[in-house]
Amino acid sequence: MSEWRLYEVFVRSKHGLNHKHVGSVHAADNEMAMENARELYTRRNEGVSIWVVPSETITASASDEKEILFDPSEDKVYRHASFYKLPDEVGHM
Amino acid sequence: MYAQMVETGTKRLKTLEEMSPEEREFQEKVDAETKIEAKNWMPEGYRKTLVRQISQHAHSEIVGMLPEGNWVTRAPTLKRKLQLMAKIQDEAGHGLYLYSAMETLGADRDEEIQKLHDGKAKYSSIFNYPTLNWADMGAVGWLVDGAAIVNQVVLQRTSYGPYSRAMVRICKEESFHQRQGYQILLDLMREGTQDQKDMVQDAINRLWWPSLMMFGPHDDESPNSQQSMVWKIKRKSNDELRQMFIDQTIPQLEFLGCTVPDPDLKWNEESGHYDFGEINWKEFYDVLKGDGPCNQERISTRRKAIDEGAWVREAAVAYAAKQKQRAAA
Repeated sequence: MSEWRLYEVFVRSKHGLNHKHVGSVHAADNEMAMENARELYTRRNEGVSIWVVPSETITASASDEKEILFDPSEDKVYRHASFYKLPDEVGHM
Repeated sequence: MYAQMVETGTKRLKTLEEMSPEEREFQEKVDAETKIEAKNWMPEGYRKTLVRQISQHAHSEIVGMLPEGNWVTRAPTLKRKLQLMAKIQDEAGHGLYLYSAMETLGADRDEEIQKLHDGKAKYSSIFNYPTLNWADMGAVGWLVDGAAIVNQVVLQRTSYGPYSRAMVRICKEESFHQRQGYQILLDLMREGTQDQKDMVQDAINRLWWPSLMMFGPHDDESPNSQQSMVWKIKRKSNDELRQMFIDQTIPQLEFLGCTVPDPDLKWNEESGHYDFGEINWKEFYDVLKGDGPCNQERISTRRKAIDEGAWVREAAVAYAAKQKQRAAA
């Protein structure tokens, strides 16, 4: 089966929620990937919608790039609401 | 358990000082309970150990369908048949979740399955015992899935993310398996004839010791456990898990009104646990090595399934190619 394409499976568990990665399946084509994903990951009402995506089409950040990618956001403390102190009298904002 | 003896390739544990900077960083992450993900750096031994353990675990799920498949056409009612088929389908699913987790480590699914079919890969010794009567379906669900749950609940905290997440999913589904098994036995004991009750006791007599063997050798006979524990692939030792299983199972056994074939089994007030007799380790190693009652039958059934299903896989590829052509035209 490894000669079949690998697909990553994403399931929306309830209306209103995001699709979430749940695992992968092999399949000969997109339709079979969908059928396999349904059979494998939603046997007990786990979802209301499924995405199957060929694994090779996903571009992922490398784990050792963590600092380069995410550090800059850490020194921008002024992006958080908690950076701005309000006088007590103003109340909730 | 579902992976009873997993080689780690480690003779002696390294101290933090002896490790390379990468290894040390990895170990510190594991110690801090940060999950390791597929793209993270990991020692080669950790990767290989995981591939061995997860593939053994997956093979066990897949081979585990066979003893139950034996009873699909013989289930006493339509309800029981549907329940049994749902359980078997879950086991196929569990095998697939696990193969999928294993592939994130760069292992090839076909290659690992080929190793199983060549008799080079292990799977749980429990599935090399025959299922001789209908009560075996009850006893397998209750004892075998029960033992699996004890192990798998702990494995939800294993250090490798994809394995841990597969375990969470599997654990959600396992308790249905155990309950349906126990209910088969309860019904036979409550409403059955004497013959049916004897059948239950017979099933327990045959499956009790093999179920205890599922947890693997004693801790001091398990040279690979130490490294697996340091890497937090394993979270509790074989003996600890076996004791947990016995302690929780005996009250259920007593409620059924049955016994286990162990004259040494008794409650120990002081330790707060059950004492029990020695496992026949020769039998354990024989079955694991391939000399169990059903080893050959199980493997030849698997091979037959792959060989006879080849045309289905070929047809799927041909159909996909044709559809693609049509779409392009």
